Amino acid sequence: MTDVHIVGAGIHPFGRHDDKSGLDQGVFAVREALADAGLDWTAMQFGFGGSDAAGNADAVLPRLGLTGMQFVNVKNGCAAGGSALLSGYWAIKSGEFDLGVVVGFDKHPRGAFNPEPADWGLPDWYGDIGLMLTTQFFGTKINRYMSLHGISPTTLGRVAEKAYENGVRAPHAWRREAIGLNAIMNSRMISDPLTQFMFCSPAEGGAALILASDRKMREFGLAGPKLRGAAVRTRLNGSFEVFSPSLDVERAPSPTQLASQAAYDMAGVDPSDIDVAQLQDTESGAEIMHMAENGFCADGGQERMLAEGATRLGGSLPVNTDGGCLACGEPIGASGLRQVYENAQQLRGRAEGRQVEHARLGYSQVYGAPGLSAIVILEA
Amino acid sequence: MALAPIAEGLFEEADGAPRLIGARRKSDGRMVFPAPTGPEAANYERTPLSPDGVLWAFTIQRFRPKSPPYAGAEDEASFRPYAVGYVELPGEVIVETRIETDDFSSLRVGAPMRLTLVPFQRVGGDVLAYAFEPVA
Repeated sequence: MTDVHIVGAGIHPFGRHDDKSGLDQGVFAVREALADAGLDWTAMQFGFGGSDAAGNADAVLPRLGLTGMQFVNVKNGCAAGGSALLSGYWAIKSGEFDLGVVVGFDKHPRGAFNPEPADWGLPDWYGDIGLMLTTQFFGTKINRYMSLHGISPTTLGRVAEKAYENGVRAPHAWRREAIGLNAIMNSRMISDPLTQFMFCSPAEGGAALILASDRKMREFGLAGPKLRGAAVRTRLNGSFEVFSPSLDVERAPSPTQLASQAAYDMAGVDPSDIDVAQLQDTESGAEIMHMAENGFCADGGQERMLAEGATRLGGSLPVNTDGGCLACGEPIGASGLRQVYENAQQLRGRAEGRQVEHARLGYSQVYGAPGLSAIVILEA
Repeated sequence: MALAPIAEGLFEEADGAPRLIGARRKSDGRMVFPAPTGPEAANYERTPLSPDGVLWAFTIQRFRPKSPPYAGAEDEASFRPYAVGYVELPGEVIVETRIETDDFSSLRVGAPMRLTLVPFQRVGGDVLAYAFEPVA
């Protein structure tokens, strides 16, 4: 079977862009990715696109050219972008295609999402009495984790401090000013123990990748990181997920743990082999828990790693080198592809100002509602 | 006048003692709360849950949630933060609930909790809702 390579990567800066639709930003990202690869749109054999709240992803086609290509819209919760990438990966791996594009974009209203119970198969009373909030779930989950594994609030603050530091160095980040630990700790409490600056915000942006088989890559004289492992997994009974009126007494591994193991097995590598990681950081607590769920430390080991700066640029395992969701915001359809874009830049030595030296293996994990996780492992 | 429950089939009172109503899936015994309604209900056996449990996880809701879906009658100015989380009913299921207390700093994972029924000021009139409170 052929290997799959990323031969082009493009991004529209994340943030707020009042004069642009989500679609505008997706189209921009595709054009950037094509230019990066030096390829024309007409060479694309397939496309997979994800957008959660900014319309149909295949609306990029009239802008980029109606070539008759296969294009599939991907809708898969918070893993929409990651799932688009996986679909493109399989399309090439299967031998059916050997060159195509995956794109994700989004544009969300300001402030926290306000979901409706019925859309989640839940009764109205659940929303009525004030249980239907993503922020509440995040606070509840990390609060339990901290009490079980000895994580301090300061460690949550350090995650956010690092994110904003890295955002300063990433041209595509939204929040590009450093915020000190004290300001983070003393910002408004949202859902204990998480303060305002420990949360990411819904945002806007677009990201796109050009995927090619070995053969096509050679034919065009291109190069790019190889996808060593890629997996999506969903929740089990006994997983702790958002909007759950009840949970099973018998606990189970998380979707991230399942997807992570599958991706490591595919790649034939261990967590200790990874040089740079992009982990879902909807809020500071998520990054902490995901460090362990993806195998980068034991539960509780984060306390020391953050204190020692192990996950900062220059540390033993830099995490969220572009500031992650905290500094970039979270346009759902684009977020997972942003992570892979950042790893592609790192592995190609193009992450100017935030480059992880000699990075060979890059790991990315996007996780979210209703309980799914998508992992990609790239090799330079 | 007794308040109407916020939803039918959510809880019951026998001899003045409230119980949440869960349901056990016939195929594999998995316990859930609330009991499914509609066609799905046929796959489950409804069962009253233990009123006693331990705090499994919690947070404090510090801002007034957006409406919809939140239906509390208070406004931003009169909103008071509330504790919320999960209570494990040993051997049964872990249920999500508001937690009745003003003493947020005393909440601890593992602390004993008991079910109570409380008035909820909903837009359009008060209703009876469930909550758990720390056992003194």
